[in-house]
Amino acid sequence: MLTIKNLKASVEGKQILNGLNLEIKPGEIHAIMGPNGAGKSTLGNVLTGREGYEITEGEVSFMGQDLLDMAPEDRARMGLFLSFQYPVEIPGVPMVNFLKASVNEHRKFKGQEPLTAGEFLKLMREKKEMLHLDSQLTNRSVNEGFSGGEKKKNEIFQMAMLEPKLAILDETDSGLDIDALRVVAEGVNALKSPERSAIVITHYQRLLDYIVPDFVHVLYNGKIVMSAGKELALELEEKGYDWIKKEFA
Amino acid sequence: MTQTLINKKAVSEKYSELYQVNRSTLDQGSSPVLNRMRDIAIKRFEQQGVPGFKNEDYKYTNLERVFGKEYRHIFEYEKVDVDLNEVFRCDVPQLDTYTILLVNGWYYARNKQLEGLPDGVVVGSLKQVANEQPELLENYLNRQAALSDDPLVALNTAFAQDGFFMYVPENVKFEKPVQVINLTRAQEAVFSTQRNLIIAGANSEAKVIFCDHTLTSSECLGNSVTEVFVGDRAVVDVYAVQNQNNKSNAINSVFFKLGEKSNLMSGVASLHGGLIRNNLLVSMDGENAEANVYGMSFTDKRQHVDNYTNIQHNQANCLSNQLYKNVLDEDSVGAFTGRIHVARDAQKTNAFQRNNNVLLTDTAKMNTKPQLIIDADDVKCSHGATVGQIDLDALFYMRQRGIGEADARMMLMNAFAHEVVQEIRIEPLRDRIDELVEKRLKGELGKCNNCDA
Ligand SMILES: Nc1ncnc2c1ncn2[C@@H]1O[C@H](COP(=O)(O)OP(=O)(O)O)[C@@H](O)[C@H]1O
Ligand SMILES: [Mg+2]
Repeated sequence: MLTIKNLKASVEGKQILNGLNLEIKPGEIHAIMGPNGAGKSTLGNVLTGREGYEITEGEVSFMGQDLLDMAPEDRARMGLFLSFQYPVEIPGVPMVNFLKASVNEHRKFKGQEPLTAGEFLKLMREKKEMLHLDSQLTNRSVNEGFSGGEKKKNEIFQMAMLEPKLAILDETDSGLDIDALRVVAEGVNALKSPERSAIVITHYQRLLDYIVPDFVHVLYNGKIVMSAGKELALELEEKGYDWIKKEFA
Repeated sequence: MTQTLINKKAVSEKYSELYQVNRSTLDQGSSPVLNRMRDIAIKRFEQQGVPGFKNEDYKYTNLERVFGKEYRHIFEYEKVDVDLNEVFRCDVPQLDTYTILLVNGWYYARNKQLEGLPDGVVVGSLKQVANEQPELLENYLNRQAALSDDPLVALNTAFAQDGFFMYVPENVKFEKPVQVINLTRAQEAVFSTQRNLIIAGANSEAKVIFCDHTLTSSECLGNSVTEVFVGDRAVVDVYAVQNQNNKSNAINSVFFKLGEKSNLMSGVASLHGGLIRNNLLVSMDGENAEANVYGMSFTDKRQHVDNYTNIQHNQANCLSNQLYKNVLDEDSVGAFTGRIHVARDAQKTNAFQRNNNVLLTDTAKMNTKPQLIIDADDVKCSHGATVGQIDLDALFYMRQRGIGEADARMMLMNAFAHEVVQEIRIEPLRDRIDELVEKRLKGELGKCNNCDA
């Protein structure tokens, strides 16, 4: 589904990704862990096409297509979703308009008719119920005045609405209490299917109690320096990253 | 044909001469209530002349260039060769208004008779009412405008002959909005001097929507003055939709005088137009009055929109809210000067002002200048101005959700403008303006109407 080969990227002349390799097959869940500043968010940004990053080397293919050549909206429509580490507040753009535009763009891309107002509201209601989302949130502007937890839940809600092929969750668990964490995990698990995959970027083992990864990778200095099964997450939780830093300095 | 006079003195003298030569024509057919103001006014104009950069209030707008061009002046009503009622039909859905047409500043002679006006309400031509019922104007005409030291207001007073007049007697709730459609229509460059007067008696209600259009592509210059008297406890809405061609230049000075416990809503949307200068002056002359003053502009190419507001808090316990928002594209230039003066005895004043601007290119330019003069001690005043670019983080967030770049930009700009649009108190007008703004942003707005001229 996603193949990253020797990816190198820099920001403002500073190299952040240093030859990163990663292969994700349909149905797999990959956890990416690593110290602050390792380049985890940069990877998410580069994959989704955020401006400001210069790709100096490497290739990325997604669903058999050259990802790096595509506009961000086309990547999204193909089924690539990023749950932002810091979701953006957009005053004046109502959640409903935003989501409707988003859902219908995805449908258009697949050659489907746009949803009618009734169908859209029904879909929204279902997903809100599934995630126990405060139903008032969709009456507000996108993320405006949302608490940290509400913003993260809103990301998962959008993911549930869009049903992406590959979801990248960038520290969606940070700052969440245990109930919210469960909701986030439920949202991700509900999407689990043999065709869908996820990259879960996290600092904490606890999310991985709910979302069980097939692989755990350690990202350090812009490279994946270690990959193993889910037991690696436990080890990292216990020992921290210092030993990694020493070994791969 | 058009010859540009660069010399300020020469430019100003041109208008003095024009006045002297046409003095008797101006007086002919005009009421003494208009004629008696002229000589003093032209002197006041001559003292300062056309404002140049040295005039602090006009420092962002060079008027010598537009005033220096040659225009045809219209000192007598000119018959219109087509039926404008047919040519112009506003298609604002569900907006049931009384529609009045003015052409080049003159009240159109074939305006339809207005049916079902509330008792005592007068809607019509300033010239006609001044001749037939001068007592209606007596205590109002030029009472606010004369307090101004703006030479262009004086110039209007010197040349004023006609315009829109409305009188709503006390206690009359005039619910249906009056839509005043100002058309500029001429083969060649014309100069128009329009003088409007709106009087809302105590405890009355009135709503007026001014729509400015050009029906021809020739260059033109308008210098209009509008005085609005809002009686005690009266509620008045005045909206302006400016949608002239980009060769037209307009200076609009609007004076509001607010009585006790009165409530004003003023909204100005500048969509198209070459050079627009809006002067908006509010004199809060009764306690517990409220003024809501909103504006927005969308400019591109070499458009120039300059909004100047002056809110005078003369009495205690009044509230003023100002919000102006501008979206500037390409090489356009904008300016906002917001002056608030709280007089010495105007305690418990609340005066708020905000000006937010988005520049879409590196070459667009915005000047913003708040001016707060506070002579009372127990007041709440705030002002804030921002000049920024479109929020790139928000843009990316939306694109990451599959929304195309152009649509995402549009949604962001609409959101930006909507904060102003949502304040409009006439719902169908609000919806229509939302639509117009969207069309304007998409570059689809040529004209906002069904007019096929
Ligand atoms: N826009 C940017 N400008 C400058 N430096 C950046 C930018 N984005 C990220 N960086 C730098 O890149 C490195 C990796 O950042 P990031 O990918 O956010 O790390 P992580 O998500 O693993 O904590 C950090 O040193 C960070 O300071
Ligand atoms: Mg990060």
